[in-house]
Amino acid sequence: MVRRETDMAENKREPVLVLRGLRAGIGGVEILRGVDLTVHLGEVHAIMGPNGSGKSTLVNVLAGKPDYEVYAGEVYYRGRDLLSMPPDERAREGVFLAFQYPVELPGVRLREFLRAALDAVREHRGLEKLAVRDFNRLVQEKLREMGMDAEFLKRNVNEGFSGGEKKRHEIMQLLLLDPTLALLDETDSGLDIDALKVVAQGINRFRGPDKAVVLVTHYQRILNYVQPDYVHVLIDGRIVASGGRELAQELEAKGYEWLRQAAEAGRRD
Amino acid sequence: MTQAPPVYETYARRFRELEAGRSEPDWLRELRREALGRFLDLGFPTARRGNEPWKYTDVGPVARTVFGPPPARPPLPLERLRRTLPWRPTWRRAVFVGGRYRPELSHLPAAGEEVTVLPLSRVLSQGDDLLERHLARYATYQDDAFAALNTAFFSDGALVVVPDGAEPERPLHLVFVSPESEGPYVHYPRVLVVLGRQSRLCLVESYLGLGDGPYLTSAVREFYLGEGAALEHYHLLLEGEAAYHVGQARFYQERDTSLRSVFFGRGCAIGRNDVRVDLDGPGSEAYLHGLYVTTGRQHLDNYINIDHIKPHCTSRLFYRGVLDGESHAIFGGTVYVRPGAQKTDAEQEDKNLLLSREAEVDSKPALEIYADDVKCGHGAAAGAVAEEALFYMLSRGIGPVLAQTLLIKGFASSVLDEVRLPALRTQLDRLLVDSLPRLRTEE
Repeated sequence: MVRRETDMAENKREPVLVLRGLRAGIGGVEILRGVDLTVHLGEVHAIMGPNGSGKSTLVNVLAGKPDYEVYAGEVYYRGRDLLSMPPDERAREGVFLAFQYPVELPGVRLREFLRAALDAVREHRGLEKLAVRDFNRLVQEKLREMGMDAEFLKRNVNEGFSGGEKKRHEIMQLLLLDPTLALLDETDSGLDIDALKVVAQGINRFRGPDKAVVLVTHYQRILNYVQPDYVHVLIDGRIVASGGRELAQELEAKGYEWLRQAAEAGRRD
Repeated sequence: MTQAPPVYETYARRFRELEAGRSEPDWLRELRREALGRFLDLGFPTARRGNEPWKYTDVGPVARTVFGPPPARPPLPLERLRRTLPWRPTWRRAVFVGGRYRPELSHLPAAGEEVTVLPLSRVLSQGDDLLERHLARYATYQDDAFAALNTAFFSDGALVVVPDGAEPERPLHLVFVSPESEGPYVHYPRVLVVLGRQSRLCLVESYLGLGDGPYLTSAVREFYLGEGAALEHYHLLLEGEAAYHVGQARFYQERDTSLRSVFFGRGCAIGRNDVRVDLDGPGSEAYLHGLYVTTGRQHLDNYINIDHIKPHCTSRLFYRGVLDGESHAIFGGTVYVRPGAQKTDAEQEDKNLLLSREAEVDSKPALEIYADDVKCGHGAAAGAVAEEALFYMLSRGIGPVLAQTLLIKGFASSVLDEVRLPALRTQLDRLLVDSLPRLRTEE
């Protein structure tokens, strides 16, 4: 099995996210069956795995989606108990989830929505509300970075957006709200190659020494554009392998089955 | 009628007293007598069984209460109205408090402004041709106890006349205030609006309750749209918590007329928003949008009927409800398409957002079609705030109260976006939020 923990051991930077033995699921059905993960500032972690392995559950639990239940384990975000915080507080504290299926908000204009979100986040950080002109300038700059027209501001949130527009819009919000930890739930799914490049550029623009990214993906493709520091493989609710970028390439070549078998063999021992 | 219960005797006695003190033309005297007779014969709607229009609203408390006269001239600072109602200094307005015209609070159009507004109290004694021609013609009382009651008893209100071809520039605001009072009282606002040929008017009607005690507002409004006329109409229902309000609007449309009406209604103890549109000339259109908001133990019954009498008319009836607490709202009524009303294009839809499990809505839009070449559709829906949508907002750092506020405003926007007066739109956004106590805890 591929392992590479040497870097981590020497890493003196702040762990932004620590998961210990996290067990969670929906309606009493356990999906995550003991996940351990440590993410430091400056790092990009890719979580890969076959469908149904618990990847989306993992990031949704971290963001605080109410449908999910936590059965056991601990999660610390910047040293604080993340699981005890309501979802909106997590967001204000700097945890951002880019949705796999961004939700349509009928009748809610994008401008108003972004304004509310940015005001909430800035107020929490002790910053003043932006004047209308500064807000407009900032939003339009972020829209432009993601190849989106300012006309979007007049539209209802995600309503009538194409699949690609929805994903670009998620990353646009990431850049606008400027959190510390980005959880990206299959942000690459359903994108053509041009859209994928725009989205990847956005993620790369977000990266930095005081940021961290957990990127959930089914495919290795996006990792050609967003180079991860670590790759983890999630199967049946457990991380069965961790490594560097080469692990993703190995998965691309060999699929997930060999890891599943290895994991099962490991459990039998 | 065999034996009149004491409450009806009170109405009959009160009528005799009023009649003795009135000096009105014979036709009006006769009309009122006939109306009183119909009221006494029919009784309040609960008295009859199998009464479909009143299926979900029990007016028993109204029928059992002996209402006195409203307070005579309660003091009312203009500021109180300006704070609560949509307000622009340029708007013209007629203010009635406890059913009586209050000139010091009003600002009637001057001569030459292409619209005449007369307090009915000044018109009734000498009579008026337009009044005689139109009054009680559209709000028929033969089968309607509340219309009969109002017709028998009203003593004030507004006569609004827009001459042929006139297009008054400024909106007109009719304000009917229900003041605070020691005991229960009844007042009878009455409005007659006559739009001449090819004329247009923008009219706002507000019903505002200031007290916590019970009272009855029985309001009847008749709108006559002469050939080619266009009416932009807004109706705000903001009665007090313990109020009984039965409001009846009757729109009569000649050919090529246009009605655009937006209703905003807050619930009260018993509220009834009864609207009827008669499309009696080809080429006419009626767009009726409505938003109702009920909380606590409030009750609001929207009963809307649109009658396609002539061919080639369009109607749209789009209502939305936001319900909280243990409140109860109703959307009922029928769009009729009469035989021969070919090429009718009619749609009606009522959607509801239920903020609590205990809130209840009975949404029963109905169509009755007796013509074959028509395009008609209807639908109704009720649901809770979408959890997914709420979580999406929370995940952006927006607090739960603001998130709900944005979602509720979003839900209401398809109605409120129809408002063309910016001052009114701003005020309705505020009233929507203020009407829902659960949205008040966060800045």
